[in-house]
Amino acid sequence: MKLHEYQAKEVFADAGIPVPDSRLASTVGEVVDAVGEIGYPAAIKAQVHVGGRGKAGGIEIVTDEEEAREAAESILGMDLKGYTVERVLVEAGVDFENELYVGITMDRGEGEPVAMVSTEGGVDIEEVAAETPEAIAREHIDPAFGLHPYQARKVVYEAGIERDVAGDVASIVSTLYDLYEAKDASDIEINPVMITADREVVAADAVMNIDEDALFRQPELAEMEDEAAEDDLEAKANDYGFDYVRLSGNVGIIGNGAGLVMTTLDLVDHYGGSPANFLDIGGGAKAERVANALDMVFSDENVDAVVFNIFGGITRGDEVAKGINGALERFDEIPKKVVVRLAGTNAEEGMEILNTDLVQVESTLEDAVQRAVANAKEVNQ
Amino acid sequence: MSVFVDDDTRVVVQGITGGEGKFHTEQMLEYGTNIVAGAVPGKGGQEVAGVPVYDTVTEAAREEDADASVVFVPPAFAGDAVFEALDSPLDLVVAITEGIPTQDMAKVNKRLSEVDTRLIGPNCPGIITPGETKLGILPGDIFESGDVGLVSRSGTLTYQVVSNLTERGIGQTTAVGIGGDPIIGTSFVDALEAFEADEDTEAVVMCGEIGGEDEEQAARYIAENMDTPVAGFIAGRTAPPGKRMGHAGAIVSGSGTGTAESKIGALNDAGVPVGDTPNEVADHIEDYL
Repeated sequence: MKLHEYQAKEVFADAGIPVPDSRLASTVGEVVDAVGEIGYPAAIKAQVHVGGRGKAGGIEIVTDEEEAREAAESILGMDLKGYTVERVLVEAGVDFENELYVGITMDRGEGEPVAMVSTEGGVDIEEVAAETPEAIAREHIDPAFGLHPYQARKVVYEAGIERDVAGDVASIVSTLYDLYEAKDASDIEINPVMITADREVVAADAVMNIDEDALFRQPELAEMEDEAAEDDLEAKANDYGFDYVRLSGNVGIIGNGAGLVMTTLDLVDHYGGSPANFLDIGGGAKAERVANALDMVFSDENVDAVVFNIFGGITRGDEVAKGINGALERFDEIPKKVVVRLAGTNAEEGMEILNTDLVQVESTLEDAVQRAVANAKEVNQ
Repeated sequence: MSVFVDDDTRVVVQGITGGEGKFHTEQMLEYGTNIVAGAVPGKGGQEVAGVPVYDTVTEAAREEDADASVVFVPPAFAGDAVFEALDSPLDLVVAITEGIPTQDMAKVNKRLSEVDTRLIGPNCPGIITPGETKLGILPGDIFESGDVGLVSRSGTLTYQVVSNLTERGIGQTTAVGIGGDPIIGTSFVDALEAFEADEDTEAVVMCGEIGGEDEEQAARYIAENMDTPVAGFIAGRTAPPGKRMGHAGAIVSGSGTGTAESKIGALNDAGVPVGDTPNEVADHIEDYL
């Protein structure tokens, strides 16, 4: 789960990391009022989950009210890489001399968190990592012991941070690790940390992604989740507790188990179709959950046809069949053709239960996918 | 022959009194798994499906001479349950639980490096040696005893590929689901190494997915160390960068590594054919036998 910049900055500020004065605004009037309170220059920053907001026109620096109004008009409502900007963060401009990068993430290969510091802040850090990895100092952290203060200092000095601010930057590294651990973050990042002319350090941006598997022990962050959802369908998926990703195609896909659902997506593509979504109902789903999944996919107006692919281990075919029948019996006319493939635990019972007046049945994955792709093409003819 | 487990394996079920624990204990017993004990704090002295329950794994292992455990403990307590298993003299721990926080697993992983126990999982379907034993939730009836080893990051994809094999009369030595999480105990390389050493395994299927670099590492291992032929499958070719597709590990960072393309390329370079569909994987295996 990704937090928005404004949400992450609230968390940072509460932990004592210096952030610029800021207000959240969703109308042009609110932006103008906010800049009036904060003063000029100010930054108007789109609050959407996309990287490279600046380059895409989602961040503007304004120096008077007219510019603030113009920036608010152009950014609010704009389409930023597929996301509509509904809110902006209005933030006091920082007069800076240097920009640094500081981040903590899980190094999967080592199975340990790693702290990273670089003087190459303010740019795409992934590019820096790929092209000049030596420009990023790294320090691995034993998760059982946590980050020792000497390690925070070590990585800061290794990165070549100037001595007069090194202590403050090391303290940010330590605080970030404390947050990383306490809030179950998967990534936490400030790019850039700005060094002002007065040699103050300020977090000018904030990235914080939370491990969704740990939300059960992070109730405050879990509350931010709905607010962070970008789209009605994704919010609905959160409510139903599905792993769901919306994609750009027109074949709706429902299945059990991430690997198998991804494989179903890949086969839709392989047979000339285009997936509209990834929807994993998870293990052991009961009839109601299956019905909710169909409801989700039907409510996506981009979907022209649906394929249901279940290979039951823990999930039982008869339960799935009941859910599908129950969901479809509510309609006088089924909105989109549904192809079902059931295999594994209780698949035979499921196939007997399935109402074939409502769905099309196929016995192999390949056949089911090809039929759904053909159904989608038919709609568009 | 088989890898990691056989019909001598003596199993403790952690979380045997829970819904999943009880159901799958019954399924495993029916399959022939030698389940000798359950372990649930506070439930010592009870019996589940005729199996005695102990309060601690240590006691269960000592009293019933167990050498493996299967963990069906809910995610909030599963990290601790694995620690407990690693603190007992077991050779193998299979963690089925899905949704264990990554930082809990990082701590477990640290402990794992200090003990002499193998961990499979978490977030995995388990391991099966057809006709002998299964530790986990895999549907036993789709498996058939035979010559092919299988290692996979995804449970349901394992079932799909196995059914493609079994339908053609191609049986399996052992199938192991290593789990889709970012931090897991047994890696592809560990499983491939075991299959390479197993005389009865004539060919190996390796099912990977986007995220991480374990498949690339496996490709290097195969090129340098394996005589047994391998065929592969990679799920997630159509996944968009930056989105998590269900498995915690199944996320493409967008920086070029961890993509389906990079994994398929690495495997092909190591001489491993990668099927476009699970059925094509079975074609490749058929060619080897």
